[in-house]
Amino acid sequence: MSVLPAMVKTTAARLSAVYLLLFSVCAIFLVIYVTSLSTRMLEAQTREAILEEISGLGRAYQRGGLPGLVRVMEIRARQPGANLYLITDPNGLVLSGNVESLQPGVLDESGWTERPFVYRRFGENQNQARADGHTAVAQVIRLPNQMILLVGRDLGEPEQFRRLMRRALVAALGLMGLGAIVIWYFVGRRALKRIDSVSEASSQIMAGDLDRRLPVSSAGDEFDRLSDNLNAMLDRIAALNEGLKQVSANIAHDLKTPLTRLRNRAEAALNGDADPAASREALEQTIAESDQLIRTFNAILMISRLETGYSAESTARVNLAAIVADVVELYEPVAEEIGVMLSAQADIAVHIDGNRELIGQALSNVVDNAIKYSAGSSERPAATVSLVKEADAARLVVCDNGPGIPEDEHNRVTERFVRLETSRSRPGSGLGLSLAKAVMIFHGGRLELAGKEGGGLEVAMIFPTGKNG
Amino acid sequence: MKILIIEDDQEAASFLKKAFDEAGHAADVAVDGEAGFAMADGGSYDVYIIDRMLPRRDGLSIIADLRADGDTTPALILSALGEVDDRVTGLRAGGDDYLTKPYAFSELLARVEVLNRRVGSRDVETSYRAGDLELDRLSHTVRRAGQEILLQPREFRLLEYLMRHAGQVVTRTMLLEHVWDYHFDPQTNVIDVHISRLRGKIEKGFDKPLLHTIRGAGYMLRAD
Repeated sequence: MSVLPAMVKTTAARLSAVYLLLFSVCAIFLVIYVTSLSTRMLEAQTREAILEEISGLGRAYQRGGLPGLVRVMEIRARQPGANLYLITDPNGLVLSGNVESLQPGVLDESGWTERPFVYRRFGENQNQARADGHTAVAQVIRLPNQMILLVGRDLGEPEQFRRLMRRALVAALGLMGLGAIVIWYFVGRRALKRIDSVSEASSQIMAGDLDRRLPVSSAGDEFDRLSDNLNAMLDRIAALNEGLKQVSANIAHDLKTPLTRLRNRAEAALNGDADPAASREALEQTIAESDQLIRTFNAILMISRLETGYSAESTARVNLAAIVADVVELYEPVAEEIGVMLSAQADIAVHIDGNRELIGQALSNVVDNAIKYSAGSSERPAATVSLVKEADAARLVVCDNGPGIPEDEHNRVTERFVRLETSRSRPGSGLGLSLAKAVMIFHGGRLELAGKEGGGLEVAMIFPTGKNG
Repeated sequence: MKILIIEDDQEAASFLKKAFDEAGHAADVAVDGEAGFAMADGGSYDVYIIDRMLPRRDGLSIIADLRADGDTTPALILSALGEVDDRVTGLRAGGDDYLTKPYAFSELLARVEVLNRRVGSRDVETSYRAGDLELDRLSHTVRRAGQEILLQPREFRLLEYLMRHAGQVVTRTMLLEHVWDYHFDPQTNVIDVHISRLRGKIEKGFDKPLLHTIRGAGYMLRAD
C-alpha cells in the first residue's frame, strides 16, 4: 500500500496532529479545572455535614448526658455510610466511637483536621479497615467537661469523583485521538485524490494534450479555485501559443512568396538566352527583392527589441509637434503626387520623454498607410495628422477618408504580418502598424484604431505625458 | 582613396576588398581588433571601415583609442546590432557613420566616398557652385545662370547637401539622415518625390540636367 506513506506526508496529517495536541491540552486543562472546583465544593459540603452532626450530638448530650451521647453515636456509627465518631476523656482514653486508631497528636488541637484515619466502616471487617485507613476530614472539639469529641467524614466520595474524572479524561483523549486519525484519513485521502487528478491532468497536458483542462468539481473549494486559476492560465498560454503559431505561419507565408519569386527569376535568368540586358535586369530585380526581404527581417527584429521595453538611455525630451511637422513635410509631396491632401493640425508644442527616431518612424508608417488607403477611394482623398494634448496624455491622431477597416479587424491589423484580404494586392510588408504598435508599447503608450463616420480610419497614437508634459 | 577594413568575417572582408578595388580604391584588410589597431596606427588611410564586434578587441574601443591618439581619419562602423541606441553609442565613441548589416555595397561605397571628402575643405565653404548653379549658404539664395530660384527651406537643405557632395553618389537613406535627420528606412518613394520636385525647380527651363539618378544607388549632382 503506497498510499499510506504518502498520506503521512500530507498537510491533513500535520493539521490533524496539531489539532489533536491542541484539543488534548484543552481537555486536560478543562478536566483538572472542573475536578478541583467540584472537589472543593464537595469538601465544603462535607464540613457542613460534620458541623450539623456535631450540633445534633450536642443536642443528644444535653438531653441524655454522656451516656445519651454515646448511645446516639453508636447507633449512628452502625448505619451505612456512617461518619467517624470518637469520644475520649481528657487524657485521650477512648470512651466510645468507631475510630480504631489515631495518628498521635490529632486530639491535642481542636478544629479541622484532614488525614488518614483507621475506622470501622459499616459492613467492613476490621483487618481491612486497619490495612487501608481512610482519608477523612474531622472536627475536634473539647466538651465542657474536658471530654474530647471527634466527628469526621470519609473523603472517599471526592476521591471516587476524581477517579471518575480521570477515567473520563482518558476516554475522551482516546476518542479524540481516534477521531483525529479518522478525519486525517478521510480528509487526507480526499485531498490526495483531488491532487492526484490534477497531477494526472497536468502530466497529460505536458504530454501534448494541450486542450485538456484540470478537473473542477462543483464544491467550489480551494482546489476548485486553484484549478480554475490554472485553467485560466492554460487558456492564456494557449491563446499566446496560437498567436505565435499564427505569426510563424504568416512569416513563413510572407517570406516564402518573395523567396520563390527570387528563385524563379534567378532560374529564368540562368536558363534564358544570354541577353546581357535581360540578365542584368533579372539581377537588379533580385537585389531589389532581397532588399525588401532584409527590410522585413529588420522590421521583425526591431519589433521584438521594442517589445522588450523602454530604456531611458535611448530617450530624450522630444517635441511631438516638431515630429508631426517633419513627417508631414516628408510625405506631403508623395501624397500630392497620388492626389491625397495631407495636412497637419499640430500648432502647440507637446513635449514627452521619447525617442524621436522611433516616433518619427511609427508616425511615418501610419501616415504612409493613410495616404495609400485614402488614395483614389473617395471623391476628395485626404489625410490629416493632428496633435491633441490631454490631461495626462498626448494624442497623435492620423485620419483618412479611405475605405476604413471593419471594426472586428481593428485588433488584428496591428498583429505581425496581418494584411486584410482587400490589401493583399498592395505593396507593403504587413508590419507597418505592428511596428507602430511596438513603438507605442516601448513608450508606455498605446495604439488605438477607430472607424470614422462616413468611412475612413482614425489611428491614434497615445503617449503618456505625466503631469508636466 | 586608401581604405582600412577591419572585419573578422573573411568572406565579407575579401568581398569588400575586391569591390573597393573595382571601384578604384585601395583597401587593406585586418581580421581582428589588435591587428586592425596596429595597421591603423602605422598606416595613412583615408577612411576606416570597422566592424563593431571583433575578436581580441572590439570596434568601438579601437576608434576611441585612435581618437585619443589624435587620429581624425573618418571611421565608419559596421554592425550587426540594430538596437535603438547602438547608433548613438557608436557615434559617441568617435565613429563618423554607422551602417547596420546587412547593407548594399552601393550604400557603403557612397558613404565611404562622402566620408573621405569630409576631410577636404569643402565643408567650410560658404557657397557651392556646380556648373551655372550657385548656392549661397549665408544669404540662403540659389541662382542658376544668374536667375534666382525660390526654394522651400527643406529643398534648400536638400540642394545644399547634394551640392556639397557634387560628383558623389548620395543614397536615399543618406539624404533622409542628413536633410531630415531621421535614420530609418523610408518605406515608399518619399525621397524620390522630393528630388523630382527639386529637379523641377532647378532644371525647368534649362537644357542641361544637373541632378542625375544613379540606378540601384541614389542620386548625384553633376555639372558636366
